[in-house]
Amino acid sequence: MPGEEAAAGSAPQLLTGWGRTSPSACDVVHPQHAAEVRAALQTAPPRGGIARGLGRSYGDAAQNGGGLVLDCTGLRSIGSVSGEGLVTVGGGAPLDDLSQAVVPQGWFIPVSPGTRFVTVGGAIAADVHGKNHHRDGSFCRHVTSMTLALPSGEVCTVTPEDGAELFWATAGGMGLTGVVVQATIRLLPVQSRFLLVDTNRTRDLDETMALMEQGDEAYRYSVAWLDLTSRRSPGRGVLTRGDHAPATALPASSRSRALDYRPRTRLAAPPWAPPWLVNRLSVRTFNEVWFRKAPAERRAELQSIEAFFYPLDAAAAWNRVYGRRGFLQYQCVVPFGAEETLRHIVSKLAAAPAAPALTVLKRFGEASPSPLSFPIPGWTLAVDFPAARGSGLDAVLDECDRLVVDAGGRVYLAKDARMRQDLLRLMYPHLDEWRKIVRRVDPHRRLASDLDRRLDLTGTRRARKQG
Amino acid sequence: MTDALGRARSVLVLGGGSDIGLAIAGRLVARGTRRVVLAGRHPQAMAERARDLQVAGADVATIPFDAADIGAHEKTIAAAFADFGDFDVVVLAFGVLGDQSAFEQEPAAAGLAVVVNYAGAVSAGLAVAKQLRAQGRGRLVVLSSVAGQRARRDNFVYGSSKAGLDAFALGLSEALRGSGAGVLIVRPGFVRTKMTAGRPPAPFTSSSEDVAAAVEDALDREATAVWVPAKLRWVFLVLRLLPQPLFRRVAARSARGEHQ
Repeated sequence: MPGEEAAAGSAPQLLTGWGRTSPSACDVVHPQHAAEVRAALQTAPPRGGIARGLGRSYGDAAQNGGGLVLDCTGLRSIGSVSGEGLVTVGGGAPLDDLSQAVVPQGWFIPVSPGTRFVTVGGAIAADVHGKNHHRDGSFCRHVTSMTLALPSGEVCTVTPEDGAELFWATAGGMGLTGVVVQATIRLLPVQSRFLLVDTNRTRDLDETMALMEQGDEAYRYSVAWLDLTSRRSPGRGVLTRGDHAPATALPASSRSRALDYRPRTRLAAPPWAPPWLVNRLSVRTFNEVWFRKAPAERRAELQSIEAFFYPLDAAAAWNRVYGRRGFLQYQCVVPFGAEETLRHIVSKLAAAPAAPALTVLKRFGEASPSPLSFPIPGWTLAVDFPAARGSGLDAVLDECDRLVVDAGGRVYLAKDARMRQDLLRLMYPHLDEWRKIVRRVDPHRRLASDLDRRLDLTGTRRARKQG
Repeated sequence: MTDALGRARSVLVLGGGSDIGLAIAGRLVARGTRRVVLAGRHPQAMAERARDLQVAGADVATIPFDAADIGAHEKTIAAAFADFGDFDVVVLAFGVLGDQSAFEQEPAAAGLAVVVNYAGAVSAGLAVAKQLRAQGRGRLVVLSSVAGQRARRDNFVYGSSKAGLDAFALGLSEALRGSGAGVLIVRPGFVRTKMTAGRPPAPFTSSSEDVAAAVEDALDREATAVWVPAKLRWVFLVLRLLPQPLFRRVAARSARGEHQ
């Protein structure tokens, strides 16, 4: 019966972020084009609506308990690439689809986060960064225009020149300024689907940082994997840096297939894992193997795009290995000059009461004009932890937040799932500027998310009554 | 909202003067809760007791709430959610123990106690459930009691009201499946509080702090029920099955505190 189907479709759905923590029940709709996005926003319930892409933000940015969630993955059109490398795509188009469409034509996405399974809209809302931030900046630097469905029902197109204020408020704006229905991106020309990669294994954190300070500028891409579980030398790691390989770097036999990019997902994590699977011993064992597997030094190795940019994507749903409690990622940035703070944070996290499962260090370059975008010039550290409740991990991360704030740094909202509300303003000094724009485009608060409520991002959710 | 590490941002205590309710709020505040709303009959008295929570860093508000005034529950609770925003944890802590022999002399008093413990909890519980459903998340902590597991000669008015409450809470927990919200049923044994002051302690006595610690842990585990102390679960598994004459003797011995 059609009536039954409608009823089933309207049942609330429990949603979480990639970390699989803090579920909330949301009404999910699946708009297929901009007009349906507009209609959904117009009829949003009192608790508002928020766009969701592929659900890769770690915390609660793309869920809205008791409210509406617009699953935008239906807006996945991909236009043709212009001569200068401009391409117009739907807000729900996955970067994976986009790169598979454009690599064969000799183009690549200008900024790749650690997974290819994010949508263009999500990449804009979090203003994602990649291994090339020190050189190329964040994702929105390469967006030449975005078309937004505003909460007012209006659909408008903004560029860094025309409507710059709304453009940059949307960059890193966590979806709270409007729904990205379309965007134009400037692609990067490439000659092959490979990169030429230099690898260095480092003895400790100091050596890792020294190498990055000296050499990063010579590479487009740079990232260090760190081992925080080594007893002898926490912070030892594997530094990989490189750039896109010219066709001439490929063996003659494979040059004709230089742009033949077909990434595959090789395996899937089991549907269920015990919550104790990721523990200090298992992580230490994994890290030891990973560290030893890396060459002490290797130069100009050919690595495929998927191996270099998205090693974790090789396993589908790898977030399930943490079991039903889920996991979280602590990602912060501290400005250059605060190296002492960075060392302090690394040692705190290494000694945390939960296993630091996966740790990545990289250097950020210039910040974007966005008031809420995460990257600022400095060191960014990202550490995955099992979401060990009642373990004291919350207190350790709170202490790290303090150190970060005192150094003039911040925590990444797209990863956060536990930060204290009172630190937000200290981390994001341009918050009020952003809130002013939000109040203008969304005076009736039709856009809302659990993240917004938890941190009072928009500054509109303070209790009506005070004690 | 409760974050990835189980930290509740805001808590509502219905029965805000209850020792156990305040102890639970204290535990959650120590963990990072920033907003506590105490709802009860004596806002002035609650405000005094709220000081510890404020010192620990919480914003505390008090609102008038009478568990016996069933007609007002829905409005009062809806207003609390409207005024203070979402609650991650709501503690249903009100209840009266009463005196069994006095109840037997004055049946109307017994009826009123049952109205508070059971009927009041049903209407307040359903009013809270409505709000939790609307926010798509949150936990309702219901203070039941082992006294509801099997009625005893010396407290069957109280015990029967808790039996009703326990059954209600279990049913509500089922009703909320898939809503993002949930229920935690707390079944303490004898707890030393102002409610039980002057009574002889029974076996498996605990303190309000013990109950609060068990609740915090159960919320972390997303458990549906918790016994305080934990071994009471097994004790009552047996006690429920005992033939009445045998149970009568066990109950009488424990009432006289012979195990102490």
